[in-house]
Amino acid sequence: MAELNIRERQAGDITVLDMDGRITIGEGSVALRSAIRRLLEEGKKNILLNLAGVGYIDSSGIGELVSSYTAIKNQEGQLKLLSLTEKLRDLLTITKLLTVFDAYETEADALSSFK
Amino acid sequence: MTEQTTRLVLPSHIEAVADGAVAATYFIQSCGVGEEAAFGIDVAVREAITNAMVHGNKEDEAKTVELTLNCLGRELEIEVRDQGEGFDPTSIPDPTDPANILKTSGRGIFLMRTFMDEVQWSMRPEGGTTVRMTKKF
Repeated sequence: MAELNIRERQAGDITVLDMDGRITIGEGSVALRSAIRRLLEEGKKNILLNLAGVGYIDSSGIGELVSSYTAIKNQEGQLKLLSLTEKLRDLLTITKLLTVFDAYETEADALSSFK
Repeated sequence: MTEQTTRLVLPSHIEAVADGAVAATYFIQSCGVGEEAAFGIDVAVREAITNAMVHGNKEDEAKTVELTLNCLGRELEIEVRDQGEGFDPTSIPDPTDPANILKTSGRGIFLMRTFMDEVQWSMRPEGGTTVRMTKKF
């Protein structure tokens, strides 16, 4: 089983990535980077990462989230986070990245925030 | 007062980070560390091993990373030794500073210092760096 599984779906012009697994150095970080790069190449710039299934992220994975955020913003898109697990929320709070990322509890709130 | 020790030698490839972390998790549980502290220790161990493999040994598979876990009473001591050229931990800027917040690296050592009581680096005379971390629980 892959370290990180990513399923893609559309909600209007917003692409939702449902992620399941770990975002850690190596396979997990590379999978996230590849997915974001491909979406940007396809012109999909409004991206919601559903992290409900992500139980762990390391500093490399956090760096990949930041890199994704910057890459999308540079193309005038938006990256937002949905359903952070308690551990992810703790790590993003400690690193002060919740001051950077928009994070939502419900998909409805997250989707409406793109408008 | 009971004392337990375990030692693991890992090859310097990224997949082995998880092997070290799993071994550390079992050890931490056997020492009676609570769930909340165990999460932070797990984070610190993973970051220390990753640093040793990537920044210390430059992912040279001929070089190894040695993980030693020692539990004495209610204190955990963790050492991670690499065979690299060493680095200056004071050279890592604060990743939570607004000027650095969008940097894509530099958070590993910050997380280690956050979750452990003490984190110290030392260069060994024969070469390589040892990071020693302690945590009371």
